Amino acid sequence: MRVGLLCSRVRVEEKLLGEALSRCGALVDRIDDRDVVLDLGRPWRDWDVVLERSLSQTRAIAALRVLDAWGVASVNTLTVTALCNDKLATTAALQAAGIAVPRTAVAFTPESALLAAEQIGYPLVMKPITGSWGRLLARINDRDAAEALFEHKASLGSPEQSIFYLQEHCDKPSRDIRAFSIDGETICAIYRYSDHWITNTARGASTRECPVTDELDALCRAAAAAVGAGVLAVDLLEDAGRLLVSEVNATMEFRNSIDVTGVDIPARVAAFVVAAARDSRVAVEA
Amino acid sequence: MCPECDASVAVHSNVERGEVVQCRECGAELEVIALAPARFVLAPPEEEDWGE
Repeated sequence: MRVGLLCSRVRVEEKLLGEALSRCGALVDRIDDRDVVLDLGRPWRDWDVVLERSLSQTRAIAALRVLDAWGVASVNTLTVTALCNDKLATTAALQAAGIAVPRTAVAFTPESALLAAEQIGYPLVMKPITGSWGRLLARINDRDAAEALFEHKASLGSPEQSIFYLQEHCDKPSRDIRAFSIDGETICAIYRYSDHWITNTARGASTRECPVTDELDALCRAAAAAVGAGVLAVDLLEDAGRLLVSEVNATMEFRNSIDVTGVDIPARVAAFVVAAARDSRVAVEA
Repeated sequence: MCPECDASVAVHSNVERGEVVQCRECGAELEVIALAPARFVLAPPEEEDWGE
C-alpha cells in the first residue's frame, strides 16, 4: 500500500504521521507541494491515497480539486477540506445542522459591517475567513475601534478581505477546547489555556487534558457529520454554560496533545488513512 | 552552515529534508534542503493562507 504525503514543510506532525503510517505497513512518499506539477490529463496512479498536509490552504484546495477529479482518494476529502478551510462555509454548515455556534454575521462593506457590529453588540470578534493560528483575529471593544478596523481592512485590497466575518465575543474561562475527531469518533480533547483572549497553542497557550463528556462527544460528532467527517480538530468555546463550536480544522496540528491526552493521535490518523487506502483499492478493483 | 550568519548548524541524526530548524547563533529559521552533508536555506516566511 502506498500513501502520498502531500506537504510543504516537514513539521513534527508530518514526521509522526510518516512514522505511524510506516508502522501500519504503508510505503510513504513525501510529495512536496512546491515541486508538484498536476498535469490534468495525466492522473496520478502511484498512491492508493494521498494524505493532504499542505501548509497553504489555497494549494491544498487546488491539489485536492485535481485529485478528486482524477478519482484519487484523499484524507481529508476535497469536500471536507473546502468546508473547513473557509470559516464562513464551516459556520454556515454547522448552523444549518442545528449546531450551536457563536452568533455570526457577514457584511461586505465597512458601512454594513458597522451595522452588523451594532446588531451583535460589543465586544465582538472579527476573523478572516481563511487562515489560522489566531492570525489577524481582532477583538472589537467599541464603535470607535470598529470604524477604524473596518476602514483598515477595506484598504487591504484583497477581495477576500472585503468579507467582514463578525462573531459575538464569548466570555470563555481563559481557555477553549480542542477535540480530535477521526471518522466521526471523538478520540480525545484538550483545554487550551491562555491569559490572552486568543487561546491558540501557536500563540503560546498551554494544554491540559479535557474529559470527553457525553455532551462534548455528541457536539463533536454532530460537527464532524456537518462537515463530512474525516480527520478533524473541533474547536469549542464555553460561554455561560453553553458549549459552542467555533471552528473545525481539516489539517490539524497535534504535537502538544499527545502527551497530555495519552492518545496516540498519529496512530489513529494513520489507521484511518490506511482504511481509506483499502477502500480505494476495493473501489478500483470493483 | 547557516546562510544568514555562516555559523555551523547542528541537526539531529533523524532530521529530514523539508524540516525547519533554528540556527542557535542568529535565530534564523532554516529549511533543510539536503542531507549528508546537511545544507540549509532560509525558511520561507509565513504566508496569509497558511494554517490548519
